Amino acid sequence: MLIFIGLGLYDERDVSVKGLQAIKDADVICAEFYTSRLMGADQAKLEEFYGRKIRVLHREEVEVDPAWLEEARSKDVAFLVGGDPMVSTTHLDLRLRACEIGIQTRVIHSASIVTAVSGLTGLQNYRFGRSTTIPFPYTARGKRIIPETPYLVLKQNMERNLHTMLFLDIQNQRYMTVNEGSELLLEMAQCAGEDILDRQIAVGIARAGSIDACVRADLLPRLKDWNFGSPLHIMVVPAKLHFMEARALVALAGAPAEIVADAVD
Amino acid sequence: MGKRKKIVERVTTLMDKPDKIRNIGIVAHIDHGKTTLSDNLLGGAGMISMDLAGRQLFMDFDPLEQARGITIDAANVSMVHEVDGKEYLINMIDTPGHVDFGGDVTRAMRAVDGAIVVVDAVEGAMPQTETVLRQALREGVRPVLFVNKVDRMINELKVEKKDMAVRLGKVIDNVNKLIRGMNEEKYKAGWKVDAANGTVAFGSALYNWAISVPQMKKTGIGFDQVFEHCRDGKMKELAEKVPLYIAVNDMVVKFLPSPIEAQKERVKVIWNGDWGSSVGKAMASCDPNGPVAFMITKVKVDPHAGEVATGRLFSGTLERGMELHVSGIADTNRIQQTGIVMGAERVEVDRVPAGNIAAVTGLRDAIVGSTVSTESGMTPFEVIKHVSEPVMTVAVEAKNMRDLPKLVEVLRQVGKEDPTLQITINEETGEHLMAGMGELHLEIVAFRIQRDKGVEIKTSPPIVVYRESINGRAGPVEGKSPNHHNRFYIEFEPLEPGVVEALREGKINMKMEELERRKILLDGGMDKDEARNIAGVFGTNMLLNMTKGIQYLRETMELILEGFEEALRNGPISREPVQGVKARLVDVKLHEDAVHRGPAQVIPAVRQAVQAGVLMADPTLLEPFQNVYIQVPQDQMGGAMSEIQGRRGAILSMDTEGDMIIIKSKMPVSQMFGFSGAIRSATEGRALWSTEFAGFESLPTNLLLETVKQIRTRKGLKPEMPKPSDYLKA
Ligand SMILES: Nc1nc2c(ncn2[C@@H]2O[C@H](COP(=O)(O)OP(=O)(O)OP(=O)(O)O)[C@@H](O)[C@H]2O)c(=O)[nH]1
Ligand SMILES: [Mg+2]
Repeated sequence: MLIFIGLGLYDERDVSVKGLQAIKDADVICAEFYTSRLMGADQAKLEEFYGRKIRVLHREEVEVDPAWLEEARSKDVAFLVGGDPMVSTTHLDLRLRACEIGIQTRVIHSASIVTAVSGLTGLQNYRFGRSTTIPFPYTARGKRIIPETPYLVLKQNMERNLHTMLFLDIQNQRYMTVNEGSELLLEMAQCAGEDILDRQIAVGIARAGSIDACVRADLLPRLKDWNFGSPLHIMVVPAKLHFMEARALVALAGAPAEIVADAVD
Repeated sequence: MGKRKKIVERVTTLMDKPDKIRNIGIVAHIDHGKTTLSDNLLGGAGMISMDLAGRQLFMDFDPLEQARGITIDAANVSMVHEVDGKEYLINMIDTPGHVDFGGDVTRAMRAVDGAIVVVDAVEGAMPQTETVLRQALREGVRPVLFVNKVDRMINELKVEKKDMAVRLGKVIDNVNKLIRGMNEEKYKAGWKVDAANGTVAFGSALYNWAISVPQMKKTGIGFDQVFEHCRDGKMKELAEKVPLYIAVNDMVVKFLPSPIEAQKERVKVIWNGDWGSSVGKAMASCDPNGPVAFMITKVKVDPHAGEVATGRLFSGTLERGMELHVSGIADTNRIQQTGIVMGAERVEVDRVPAGNIAAVTGLRDAIVGSTVSTESGMTPFEVIKHVSEPVMTVAVEAKNMRDLPKLVEVLRQVGKEDPTLQITINEETGEHLMAGMGELHLEIVAFRIQRDKGVEIKTSPPIVVYRESINGRAGPVEGKSPNHHNRFYIEFEPLEPGVVEALREGKINMKMEELERRKILLDGGMDKDEARNIAGVFGTNMLLNMTKGIQYLRETMELILEGFEEALRNGPISREPVQGVKARLVDVKLHEDAVHRGPAQVIPAVRQAVQAGVLMADPTLLEPFQNVYIQVPQDQMGGAMSEIQGRRGAILSMDTEGDMIIIKSKMPVSQMFGFSGAIRSATEGRALWSTEFAGFESLPTNLLLETVKQIRTRKGLKPEMPKPSDYLKA
């Protein structure tokens, strides 16, 4: 059996009791940390707390050539991931592959950044539209390219008066900050010849799930310069605010009152 | 030195009078006497001693050129001539005749407005005569004809006095046939060369004399006297009576256009911008006060001054300290020195106005073909398209390990100086590749790297360059991204030959007006629907986007093109460049989120689909061919024929001229090694022969697998021809 186990948001203690038991009982323990990472615990710390050795898989071993999957035919293989499994499409792909070759699967959930963001900001869960990731820009054929998808998604959500959750790219040891994300969004708007983000309120969140989580709401151009501290970061661009949400942003995210007042529906 | 200074002074005074300027090139088949003729003009202008003219070969100033008796580099000189009491500034470029250095001719033709086509009276118009004429006409450069070596016709061929006119007339007719065939419109508009009106002169560059119909009228010396003087060995006397430079200058000044006259027309040929714009108008009128429009035709690295960029200034005035925009480069470059060229030397002058050929330093970003302007968005000049492609390659290694980094630098330099040379740097193995026009080209470059750049190198024996292509169709082939979330479906087929041709001639690019591009594609035989959907061009390959309404495709397209280019730069058969492939993107499935379709996902997916697709579409190797022209006496013909046939050659035509046979044939370059010695012994040294690039053609099927194996083994790849499945990951 292949058991997907969510480890939660921040460190080794965010796993559920059920998840912890499953880890202790499993025959083989694998993990992937490239779609999401627990910033409050490294591999050694996890191993010590769970009392088990963990084999950390590379992207290649998960996506292209998961030979280790074969072991799940006869043994219980725990597959550990940050946050809640199945939020990343890659996990679904893996689960489907396992099903197709006749391997049983099971999912043990945990807290996800998606719900934590609602919790930390007070932005209401049912008002979110499609979420999207801001990728690091890259160079192709000598040109610097900033994918415009996040901006398009953001605009579509705004038109429907829905909040947008923006995941920030992780590449090797590089974690995109709210500052970089804000900068990129503004650049995308500029490329499109639009200025709708210049007076737009946005919320940056750092280290959700830790005791020193940081939440800050302000105009997007000002978030560019706010110091959020160490990773991981994530951000939200809200739609028009419900008055409860407005109160929450002032109280929980230090939003300047006059800006919030402008954003109330 | 005083004399020299005076010449420069006269040159600079005339630079401001474009109606008194002639920018000319000397072009011809190899050995027909271009450099010898140049000497005569230099002598006439007082730049070299008249006694040495014809033997000094001033323009062949590289000792290597003198030692080998051929011109390797085009060389420029500015000189002043007096014609009918008026002074003229003649900016002259002597070009090489050897096919391996043909690129220099192409580039020189961009800088000049007129050309003296030299034809050997004994050999007549030869293949390179045709090639250089074609290049001149394509650039809107007007030709006049100089029939050279008339002394040989009389003294060696023993042509009778009465037959002279007929024989020379035939040479002229042949040249006119070529001009007419290449550009009938210009031919009719007066570009036909005609002895009667003075656009043809006859003479001997070696013995410094020449006549033309207008000069005959002035001097009273005609064919009869020429004949007698030659027969009696009184060349010197003849040279005093009818010096070559007078007849030639007369022709140049009267018939070749001044920049003012020429630019009106040429701007339309070499520049595709808005002719009504300020740059357009300034160029058409050769306005020294207009925006700078400077076309770089040559870049040379000078050990002291750095990179010297030489080119033609079509408008504006170049001065030290100017900040100029180089096409395709964001930053501006500042001019450090402005100068003119005097053979081996560059002479600094304060300023160079429109209509001249200038040499400047400080344009560090400029390469051959760059457009340099005071205007930031100036439409670049048309690309300079070379007629030949590299057909041979050698591997280059530093003899001493410590020279390794320097060699890379030097190779980059020589690649910049010589755009017909293709450099491939491999820092990992330290074995770099140099591909060029032929054995001689590569040999000269290698020699100069050691002599001029001070790096000792080892080169491998030359190997022929191949191309990969397809004969059939395949697809749709599915390319999957490593994360499985993106899929690309691509169909493959050979690109229409007419379109390949247009691409090769540089007529199509992605920057041009879409409607104009579509028209060329339709003329080339492409389907209407396809011509509307060009996503990108790479060499002579095209990617078409036949999908409709796929979200996020636009931002993914650069990555798709990058994958396409990667696959074709080093083809799937043997890592040789691919040509003539049409790839149609027919469907795409993209992940919703942009991080899951970045470079690491899209590029390999597309690359693998293209690699596999080429292998599924009846893949083939193309090998380079050369046209080989052989003139041989009838009784030696058998030897020549068997040399051709023994080398997989095909006879294209055979003509008889007197007791000579002229054979036109075509041979694979791979079979040409050692041809020179073989044909000499097969014909007792009586054959005259020359070659030119004839494009790439399919390798015979029976040789395909063996050749693939050879190339792959040489490159350290597994020897067998790869299969599509080798590239398609599950
Ligand atoms: N008899 C005779 N020989 C000539 C004449 N003109 C040139 N030659 C000889 O022809 C040979 C080639 O002359 P070049 O001036 O080097 O010819 P080229 O066209 O510059 O040659 P490339 O630049 O290598 O193509 C030399 O040996 C010259 O002396 C001429 O009028 N009469
Ligand atoms: Mg020469």
